[in-house]
Amino acid sequence: MTTLESESRSAGIIDLLRRAGRASIVPLTAVVLALLIGAIILLVSGANPIAGYIALLDGAFGDAAALGRTLEKATPLLFTGLAVAFAFKAGLFNIGAQGQLLIGAIIAAAVGFGVTGLPPLIHASLAFLAGLVGGAIFGGIPGWLKARTGAHEVITTIMLNFIAVNITDYLADGPWKDTSPGNIVARTPRVLPSAEIPYVGFLPLGFVIGVGIAALTWWLLFKTTIGYEIRTVGLNPNAAQYAGIRVAFTTVLTMTLSGALAGMGGSIETLGVVGRYQPGFNLGLGFDGITVALLGRTNPIGAIPAAILLGAMRAGSTRMQFIAGVPAEIADVIAALMLFFVAADMIIRWILRTRVPVEEEKVTLSTGWGG
Amino acid sequence: MDAAIPAPTTARRIWDRLGVIGILAVLAVIGILIFYAITPVKTTAVLAQMIRQSTPLVLGALCGLIGERSGIINIGIEGQMLMAAFIGFLVNVYTGNLFIAILAGVGTGMVLGAFLAFMSVTLKMDQIIGGTVINILATGLTGFFYVAGLTTQGKLQPIAIPGLADLPLVGAVFFNWPPITYLTFILVIVVHYILFYTRWGLRSRAVGENPRAADTVGINVFLMRYVNVTVAGGVAGLAGAYLTLESVGSFERLMTNGRGFIALAVMIFGKWTPFGAWGAALIFALAIAVQNQLQFEGLLTIPHQFIGMFPYLVTIIILAGVVGRSRPPAAIGQPYEKEG
Repeated sequence: MTTLESESRSAGIIDLLRRAGRASIVPLTAVVLALLIGAIILLVSGANPIAGYIALLDGAFGDAAALGRTLEKATPLLFTGLAVAFAFKAGLFNIGAQGQLLIGAIIAAAVGFGVTGLPPLIHASLAFLAGLVGGAIFGGIPGWLKARTGAHEVITTIMLNFIAVNITDYLADGPWKDTSPGNIVARTPRVLPSAEIPYVGFLPLGFVIGVGIAALTWWLLFKTTIGYEIRTVGLNPNAAQYAGIRVAFTTVLTMTLSGALAGMGGSIETLGVVGRYQPGFNLGLGFDGITVALLGRTNPIGAIPAAILLGAMRAGSTRMQFIAGVPAEIADVIAALMLFFVAADMIIRWILRTRVPVEEEKVTLSTGWGG
Repeated sequence: MDAAIPAPTTARRIWDRLGVIGILAVLAVIGILIFYAITPVKTTAVLAQMIRQSTPLVLGALCGLIGERSGIINIGIEGQMLMAAFIGFLVNVYTGNLFIAILAGVGTGMVLGAFLAFMSVTLKMDQIIGGTVINILATGLTGFFYVAGLTTQGKLQPIAIPGLADLPLVGAVFFNWPPITYLTFILVIVVHYILFYTRWGLRSRAVGENPRAADTVGINVFLMRYVNVTVAGGVAGLAGAYLTLESVGSFERLMTNGRGFIALAVMIFGKWTPFGAWGAALIFALAIAVQNQLQFEGLLTIPHQFIGMFPYLVTIIILAGVVGRSRPPAAIGQPYEKEG
């Protein structure tokens, strides 16, 4: 009995590994192709691609500190990637992860510096949850507007991004401004040590939380009734309605949870990386989230390697700029090429002359475009 | 059955055609006239500013809707604009010729449009991914090749239309602009005409609504999509050229600053029609212009960030309160597969 069970379990693991191996053929080839084309661009611009890539690799994974930086950069991208991917599953395009992250970041900061006298774990958790709630509310608004009036979430989330910038600028330069002597810039005070999300050695704890949340998101989407309903709405809202799923409710719920995911990313940026909220930090994290979600094929687990990859490029390109004099923006070019080759698996199939397995559940990301 | 439905009255028909939007437009005109009576200089300045702000948004939205009407979602408008702004700028810096620079900008947009068509029609890639690839690629390439400190050799200058430019209010608002702004007015009308009154437009829309049926009657779905998305890219390229050659006069990293995405919003807001998009862009741009004027005068005592939110809040409120649900072309986002 037990041997049978363990046998089947080990068979299951082998099967899982084989599937993971097969699933990673396309992304790995895509990365190689993207780096090759990136090298050509570097050559054309007069830089040495080999020296450049060695510096990139060194800056991303060279030692424990570099690895820590990579994971630190990957963490907010993981959260915004999860936020975008999660909304995609319900056929919703959340371009507003950026704004939701900003709101989460500043609210976490407020609880982090404003609430005193709490023990470390409690204080950090409270600040983290506050950011989560902030993001959830800010994500829930476009969901509610869509369910209630049909207002397209692409428009409302874009507009809310700009509104979030204004709200946070106001708070960081007004009621929540750092009034310590000598400070003239708009920023909040530092969060108290009890609210900080620490490092475990070189490993940022925020990243570990991110991986846990990714697993939780996967579980929610694929192992619960709610998740099933969300995916059904994503595949065909009319059929979902007909099957008795409350589409309006699901829309609000999905956007709220998506916002919560982005808000958590903001919390961790504030409590674990920056230490306070400061306008101008956290730029572009929401849009990179779209890249992460797409690179990970809108799968919460896929978002983990995608975020690490992008985080590594961000961490490594700074060093590449410093050592090899290559502008850090090459990271964006390579990221775009990776995304292209991952999505254009037709090309890779042709190159490898193999039949790459088709994903079980192929989502058309644009199903929700119509509203 | 048919007899049970009463024939709509003329008033009803006008209402159906214009609806709430039409009434709002009438109210807006009345409002403008009242403001003009009170403070003619400021009213003219705000309205001129409105046109200036709206131009890249209208062009971006036209790019979006030409593509989407034929079934291709384009979220890469931001990237097309940015790249075109950059190339147009560089060409002007090195040739000193504004006309060639505009052509270079438009050409850049078309190349990226063709690339989007290649990804979504030939490779059948997900169109959201295709657009995102263009956006990141443009951010990366323009940043990578950015050279600090360059300026254009001259900017496009206003051309006053004789007679019309001297009219009060209307003259300054419509008839005293550099060429790309005029071109934008014309393009709105031209795109509307082509989409709704020509064979090409009918076929484009057929391809966007039901490609299978269009294919059955002998329309080349792939060709229509390729041509439309490429031409549309040129329109986005014109928006980019506008930014560097007519509006700002230099290139800055990420200078599009989300305009491509706002153009998308404007397109949806305008329900995928050129005039709708124009109207939506004008509303948004008016809110921006009013906001700028308020900031400039500094009369309001509320924090400037609250004034800064104004255009975005107005858009959401109008969208949620008046416009509501919008329906895109039916076949949007799906790659077309020929049978057998």
